[in-house]
Amino acid sequence: MNSTVHSPPAAAGLPLRREAPAPSAWWATGLAAAVAWAALGALTLGWPNKQVGFSDWNYTAEFGWVSLGLAAALAVLSLGGRLAAPVVQRLRGFGPWLTVLGVGFLAWEVFTAKLGWLPTPFFAPPQSLADVYVSDWRRLSDSAANSLILLGVGIGSGAAVGFVVGVLMGWSRRAHYWIHPVLRVLGPIPTTALLPISFYFFPSSWSTAVFLIAMGTGFPVAILTWSGVATVNRQFYDVARTLGASNAFLVFRVAIPAAMPQVFVGLFMGLGHAFATLVVAEMLGVKSGLGWYLTWAQGWASYPNMYGALLVMALLFSGVITLLFTVRDRVLSWQKGVVQW
Amino acid sequence: MVSSTSAALQSPVATPAGADIRIEQVSHQFDGPAGPLPVVDGVSLNIRPGEFVALLGPSGCGKSTLLRLVAGLEPPSAGQILHDGVPVTRPDPSRIVVFQDPTLFPWRTVRDNVALGPQARGTLAALQPRVEAALKLVGLQDFAKAFPHQLSGGMAQRVALARAIVNDPSLLVLDEPLGKLDSLTRLTMQTELLALWQRQGFSALLVTHDVEEAFFLAQRVIVLSDRPSRIVAELVNEAPYPRHRGDPRLAELRHQALAHLGLDASW
Repeated sequence: MNSTVHSPPAAAGLPLRREAPAPSAWWATGLAAAVAWAALGALTLGWPNKQVGFSDWNYTAEFGWVSLGLAAALAVLSLGGRLAAPVVQRLRGFGPWLTVLGVGFLAWEVFTAKLGWLPTPFFAPPQSLADVYVSDWRRLSDSAANSLILLGVGIGSGAAVGFVVGVLMGWSRRAHYWIHPVLRVLGPIPTTALLPISFYFFPSSWSTAVFLIAMGTGFPVAILTWSGVATVNRQFYDVARTLGASNAFLVFRVAIPAAMPQVFVGLFMGLGHAFATLVVAEMLGVKSGLGWYLTWAQGWASYPNMYGALLVMALLFSGVITLLFTVRDRVLSWQKGVVQW
Repeated sequence: MVSSTSAALQSPVATPAGADIRIEQVSHQFDGPAGPLPVVDGVSLNIRPGEFVALLGPSGCGKSTLLRLVAGLEPPSAGQILHDGVPVTRPDPSRIVVFQDPTLFPWRTVRDNVALGPQARGTLAALQPRVEAALKLVGLQDFAKAFPHQLSGGMAQRVALARAIVNDPSLLVLDEPLGKLDSLTRLTMQTELLALWQRQGFSALLVTHDVEEAFFLAQRVIVLSDRPSRIVAELVNEAPYPRHRGDPRLAELRHQALAHLGLDASW
């Protein structure tokens, strides 16, 4: 053995940073959160809504009681001592957020339902969201599902084509000669700008949307895959060639794995394009999905429904990005210090 | 570090003695923007089977280019290189290069890096025991599942050596393989390199700009001129192995080599 040998990697993991060594018996931040939510509940129930010229906001009482219930649960956990410790241990990190959320909801409730300072049809109180989800969950979930399917088909096909095109461009001089100018000229066009034209060329608005989402995803994937393949350290090829590697081995076992970090950057960028294209396509032509739901709700001047749909959209898209990062972390587990989402 | 018993690497086929390399009047030039740039100028050199030869020369003199030609990564502009009498036209697993940078594939574990050659040639199933034996030979069997970024410089270069010897090369081409290591690791690795060479019996062609290293390792040291590189001197080093770094014979040879490079004032 000599001086450079490290401890085996299994044992090399750094000890995790701990919170305070002995957590106190009660959870102060949890108590603060409980107070905030209790205030929200009491206020919602005790202060009558401001009359705004139509029937009262639905679910005001329910919203108040749920807030109180949450406050009670938080209070019990905060003061629960050892019995609550396992749950508190998990929640501890969210304490400040729980508190701020309670205060935020409180302000929201006061300025909309109670004082009516924010103009009413455009700004709805929190309980109206509950109303939307309870009364319209079927249409909303249907829209979310349709958006997700469209997104999946579009991103899947776009990423696959973009990846293949990128590898071809990176590997073959001729492919690069022919494809690069096309991508360079057509790539920067926002796919949404192509929407009005494409509706004429495709049999259905759905296939138009798939095509445009695929383009939006495929362009950055192709460019970044290409740059990934083209910038692979030449020595990797030298090493593989002296070891007897065939061309196929050089492409599939050297170039592509080496380009994967770039490919994921391309996918991440492509998702942004895909989301934008999806929503606009659904607003303009496709007869389902969250984008369609937004325009539909707007037609009825039903602003709470729009907020409800936007929230679903935020969770959905964020979920898709989280999925991408999870896959990325698995595929690129060999890298150190990857970007966190 | 190099363990003494490792049956799997003592190839069942009588280990081919080291390669016989003949470099015949080889010249090479690069096409630069300002016209052709000659880097190697009429070099002739024989490496006998099992011999350890070092090329010593100033930075950027074209030593590494000469190695690339010998490895078959590029064809020479003029002259030819014979490997056991056969002209070298392309890379071959019997002539493995170990670069200054270990060039481990970062997405592969240590074991998969060592297995690269057999996998590339489709012989991995048969050679799996050799992979394990090579890992053991360089003392990294406990790190088989580690990724390259978890290794120190010396360990990474050992993996590169294991990846080379698993293919049972008849010529090991060493392009300043210890150049980036700290000086203590470097001393250890020099000894390990010698042990590997003595065990496996390959021919070795080492490029270095470290005079001490050249004479500690090689049986013959070829001193090259500035670019385009030409052979300035050939110094035979008959000191027996294991060598001692303080051996006065080595000191005398170092002095001669530095004199050829015009750097003997301080020795």
